[in-house]
Amino acid sequence: MGTKWGRIGAFFAIVIALGVLISQTAFDVARSTNLGLDLQGGFEVLYELEPDDEGELTEDDIEATASALNERVDVLGVSEPSITVEGEDRIRVQLPGVEDQEEARELLSTEANLSFRTVDDELLLSGEDLEQGGASAGFNDANQPIVQVTLQDGEAFGDITSELYENTPPEDSLVIWLDYDEDEHSFYDEIGEADPAFLSAPSVPQPLYTEDVSIEGMESLEEAEFLAEMLNAGSLPVQIEEVYSNAVGASLGEQALEQTLFAGMIGVALILAYMVAYYRFMGVIAAITLSVYIYLVMILFNSIQGVLTLPGIAALILGVGMAVDANILTYERIKEEIKQGRSMRSAYRLGSRRALGTIIDANITTIIAAAVLFYFGTSAVQGFAVMLIVSILTSFITAVYGSRLLLGLWINSRSLNRKYWLFGVKERDVRRGL
Amino acid sequence: MFAVDFKFADKNIDLIKPRKSFFAFTILVVLAGAILLSTFGLNLGIDFSSGTRVDFMADEPLTEEEIENEFAEIGLAPDDITLAGDDNEQASAQFIGALEQEEVTDLQVHFDEVFGFEPNVSTVSPQIGRELAINSLIATGLASLGIVIYVAIRFEFLYGLAAITALLYDAFFVISVFSLLQLEINIPFIAAVLTVIGYSINDTIVTFDRIRENVSKEEEERDIENFEQLAGIVNKSLLQTLTRSLNTVLTVLFAAVAIWLLGSEAITSFAFAIVLGLIAGTYSSLFFAAQLWLVWKNKAIKRQQNKPAPEAEQP
Repeated sequence: MGTKWGRIGAFFAIVIALGVLISQTAFDVARSTNLGLDLQGGFEVLYELEPDDEGELTEDDIEATASALNERVDVLGVSEPSITVEGEDRIRVQLPGVEDQEEARELLSTEANLSFRTVDDELLLSGEDLEQGGASAGFNDANQPIVQVTLQDGEAFGDITSELYENTPPEDSLVIWLDYDEDEHSFYDEIGEADPAFLSAPSVPQPLYTEDVSIEGMESLEEAEFLAEMLNAGSLPVQIEEVYSNAVGASLGEQALEQTLFAGMIGVALILAYMVAYYRFMGVIAAITLSVYIYLVMILFNSIQGVLTLPGIAALILGVGMAVDANILTYERIKEEIKQGRSMRSAYRLGSRRALGTIIDANITTIIAAAVLFYFGTSAVQGFAVMLIVSILTSFITAVYGSRLLLGLWINSRSLNRKYWLFGVKERDVRRGL
Repeated sequence: MFAVDFKFADKNIDLIKPRKSFFAFTILVVLAGAILLSTFGLNLGIDFSSGTRVDFMADEPLTEEEIENEFAEIGLAPDDITLAGDDNEQASAQFIGALEQEEVTDLQVHFDEVFGFEPNVSTVSPQIGRELAINSLIATGLASLGIVIYVAIRFEFLYGLAAITALLYDAFFVISVFSLLQLEINIPFIAAVLTVIGYSINDTIVTFDRIRENVSKEEEERDIENFEQLAGIVNKSLLQTLTRSLNTVLTVLFAAVAIWLLGSEAITSFAFAIVLGLIAGTYSSLFFAAQLWLVWKNKAIKRQQNKPAPEAEQP
């Protein structure tokens, strides 16, 4: 029977279409991948929330703290921040690509609890009495930087100030604190210091029935702006403590990405070269499906909003190993069947079928390991696990079905019949007469 | 035209006969590992203990003295400094206690000014370190358990038992070498050990799958009664899958060695662990796991043969 050219034509049509698709879009796919902070520099911190005075930490506290942190991160303008609650009392903040790491750290960890107190540290007004989003930075008449805040209730402030106004100095002062700590701070200790812990302590010149209060005592306009932004973002409902932090310099991250990608490409190139050398024609098919595999993994990984980290790249390249293994298992089986003297078509069919069961068992066990890792691992390990799972699922599509489809077109075209060397089989090894 | 083909299946190689030597070798390696672990211990990175690690780089080669001086300028004294990179232009310093937030900020600013690159700083509190270590152990244990259950269901219990013995050996081998070389144990290392476990089980299952297939083929023709018969099947299966095992390991080794030698500092030890695991995994699936199964299976068959016999003799 003659060669069926239509199938070979279909093969080339598929390969060319894939080639065009990949070469046209690979760049965009690569660019839209979210890089973890180990690859582009950035800052990651794990906070532990400390329960309030009553010793309780409710879910509301955690949620409120997470959303307050979120507001603050918005101030920083990081493009892909991630704020996740871990366990019962922890929040992880990841800021890849953040330019000013010191500012980020300070911005995140300041509680931003503004309070108005008497000289005896008695609470008069707290951050809760402020109008949300009503803070702004500016200058006063003396051209000193100030922060202007808006109160919810001007009447209450009037009552407080009229009471204070009647006192004699220094008891007519309204002490304004940021992050007042009962155990550490008192007005009379700080007043003697060159740089007191409170923001300012103006004496009240008259009863002030107003909603607008300006806070002096800012060292610079930047400080004023910082405080205004913090007040607008909202205070943290509970105290937080840093238990883990990881800061990666941008150039170190970039270097890590370049080196690892380069190493990965060398590794993949070696794999493809070896496959072609050992499995000849089937190796070429494997090389095509492996390229499609890498492309597909990246698309899938992007579509589930995965963040590519160093362990993730490692998982991707190791996934290539799994995909190669699926190819090798199938090709070895096909070669065995060819040596048994079967025709190309039945060798291909039997080989593919017999290899499939093995491939499924091998892949499922690895998925079990990856799933456990994902469930119990911390963020870096989770990135690895997600990539591994995506890789295995994709390798199943490309290395099993993709490879079968492409190889099948050639086998069924009958153009390869008896061309044993194309499969890396020596003709004299083929058993005759079956 | 010359065709590359290992053709192990046609060669007369006996992987069963020297099994006692293989078992002895395996036990020896495990003993050596146990001694190493109990004397040298593991070099736990800050991920699993606590402290601060600073990684930085410069345009020019660095010396330990220079780095110590720079730390001294901001009032810090690192407990350990290691140089890295082709020309020592990279370095990392470790502090046993976790640094304060302000200290870290000072450090970042200072090193950025002096060397022109912002350093990497990670700090871990003791509590987090302990939790990570415990979580990793639990995860490894559960992953192994899940795999055994799956293999036991899909194959049979003895296969699962042999497979898990092989994978524990592989993981233990990697950990032992890390103890010998005093390489740092960090989070990526855990990921590496789990990958090794995945590969090891993958390898063993491919072999076992073939054994199972050949056993059922044989059983269609006649019962498997003696050790030699079973040993012949196991040996044949091992040789049939040998080309695949070697080719798969070789290709994965290409990738792992490339990452090990050329990849970023941060995953060098990760890739090295994988390379070690691949070597151990190949050894255990070729010379250990199937042989172990063979011995156990043989005992099980003997037991079954002996059991019904006395009952039949009862009057």
